[in-house]
Amino acid sequence: MLYFDKVSKEYDNGNKVLEDISLTIHPGELVSIVGHSGAGKTTLIKLLLAEEHPTEGKVSFHSEDIHKLKGSGMTNYRRKVGVVFQDFRLIPNKTAYENVAFAMEAAGKHDEDIMEDVPHVLDLVDLKDKMHHFPHQLSGGEQQRVAIARAIINRPEIIIADEPTGNLDPLNTYDIVQILKKINDLGTTVILTTHNKGIVDNLGRRVITMEDGRVTRDQKSGKFTM
Amino acid sequence: MKTTLTRRIVTAGLRGFYRNRTVSLSSIFILTITLSIITAFYLFHAIFAYTLDQVTEKVDVRIYFTTDATEEQIGDVKARLMGLPQVKSVTYTSRDQALTEFREKHIGDQLTIQALDELGTNPFGASLSVVAKDTSQYQAIAEQVSSPDSGLLGGASGSVDKINYYQLKDSIDKLNNIIGWTNTVGFWLSMIFILMSCMIVYNTIRLAIFVYRDEIAVMKLVGASNMFIRGPFIVEAILYALSATVVTLAIFYPATIWVTKKTVFFFEGMNINAYFLSHFFELTGLLLLAGIVLAVISSLLAVRKYLQI
Repeated sequence: MLYFDKVSKEYDNGNKVLEDISLTIHPGELVSIVGHSGAGKTTLIKLLLAEEHPTEGKVSFHSEDIHKLKGSGMTNYRRKVGVVFQDFRLIPNKTAYENVAFAMEAAGKHDEDIMEDVPHVLDLVDLKDKMHHFPHQLSGGEQQRVAIARAIINRPEIIIADEPTGNLDPLNTYDIVQILKKINDLGTTVILTTHNKGIVDNLGRRVITMEDGRVTRDQKSGKFTM
Repeated sequence: MKTTLTRRIVTAGLRGFYRNRTVSLSSIFILTITLSIITAFYLFHAIFAYTLDQVTEKVDVRIYFTTDATEEQIGDVKARLMGLPQVKSVTYTSRDQALTEFREKHIGDQLTIQALDELGTNPFGASLSVVAKDTSQYQAIAEQVSSPDSGLLGGASGSVDKINYYQLKDSIDKLNNIIGWTNTVGFWLSMIFILMSCMIVYNTIRLAIFVYRDEIAVMKLVGASNMFIRGPFIVEAILYALSATVVTLAIFYPATIWVTKKTVFFFEGMNINAYFLSHFFELTGLLLLAGIVLAVISSLLAVRKYLQI
C-alpha cells in the first residue's frame, strides 16, 4: 500500500535527516514509529503528507509516486489520508462541528451526509455535547478527539498520527490510543509516531525504530527499545 | 455541485468576516484611508478643472476697431471668425456698450468721468471678443487675425485699432504652462499616493492572512482544493471593499458640506457637496471597483504564498 523506496532527505544547509529508508506498510496495519527527537520521524511523516519532497528515492501510494501528484491528484490523495498532529491544528475560528464538517465540505460531500455523519463521528469520540464549542473552549484531550474525528470523517485508507498524545495527560493519552486502535480494528491503516514507551508496549503491534535518519529495527510485534 | 461550492465559500467568507472582527476592522480602516485618498483626488480634480474653466473663460483675443469702423464691416469680420475651427464664440461689443461699461467701471472716479464728459464724443471703438475652444489655440487665432494673407479682416483691416492678444500673451503662456504642469504633477502625485496606499492595503491584508498560514496548511492537508481555500478570503476581501466604500462615502458627505460652506466664495461659486451628490453613483462605482480590485488582488497574492504545499 505504502512504499518507501531508498528515500533520503537532505536540507539545503547540508543536514541529512533521512538516509536510504526502504519500508512497506500493508493495508490494515497499525505501525508505531519510534525514535529520539531528531531521529527523522517527523520528516518521514512530512514526506508521507507531501509537505516535503525526498532528495532521493520515492514514496508510493498504491504504486503511484505521491511527490509527482499535482492539483486534483494531490487533493484526492490527501482525502485518502487522515492526519492527526501533536498540536491538534484545529481551525480556531470554527467550532468542533465546523472543523470536522470542513473536511467533508472540502471533499464535496452533500449537506445531508455532512449533517448526518459529523454528529455521528463526534459521538464516536465522545464529543457530541460539545460539538458547537470552539477549540479554545475545549481541553487538550477534547481538541485531539476533534482532530481524530476530522481525520476519520472521510473514511480515509490511512490515518497518520504524529505524536498525537505528546501534549496530553495519561488519561487522555489512553483514550486517544484506544480510539486509534478502534479505528484500526475497523480496517483503517494507522501510522503512529510516539515517544511513549507505554503506548507502544501495550499495543504489541509492528514497531519501526529510527536513529539518526535510518531505520535500525523493524519488528512485527515489537517493544519500545532504544 | 458548483452552487453548493459557491454557497459554502460565501458562507465561510461571511462567517470569517464576522468572527475575525479585529482583522476585518483593521483591513476596512486601511482600505478606507486608500479610498479616501482616491475620493479626495477625484474631488480635487473637479475643483481644479472648475477653477481652470473659470480662469480660461476670462481669457480672450480682443480686436479693437477704430471709431470709424462700421457695424457692417465688424459683422463681416465676426462671421469670418466664427468660421474658424478653433473659435468657440465671438462676442460683439458696440461703441455705446463700451462707453457704458467704462462709465460703470469708473463710477466712483469723478476725475476720469469728468474728462470723458469734456470730450463731448464717444472715444471708444467697437470690439470683438474671441474665445477659443482651447487656451493653446489663442496664438494661432491671433496670428491668423493679424496676418494680412488670411483675409479674416477683409475690408476692415484698416479699421483695426489693436489686437490685445499680444498684451495677454504672457498671461496665456503662463496659464498654458500652469495647466500642463499641474496636470502632469497632479497625475504623478495622485499615482504616487494611490500606489503608496495600495502597498499599505496589500501589507495589511498580507499580515491578516499571515495569521492564517497554519490554517491554510491544515486545509490543504485535509484535502481542500486551492479554490475552496482561496474563496472565503476573496469573499472577505469583497466585504472589506464594500464596507470601506460605505464608510468613505459616509465620511465625505458631511465633509463636502463643511468644505462647501468654507470655500464657496474662494472657488467662485463651486458647490463641492452638489458635485459630490451629482456624481454619487459614479464615485461609488469607482470606489467599489478600486476597493474590490485592490483587496481581492492583495488577498490572492497573500494566500498564494501559503498554498504552495
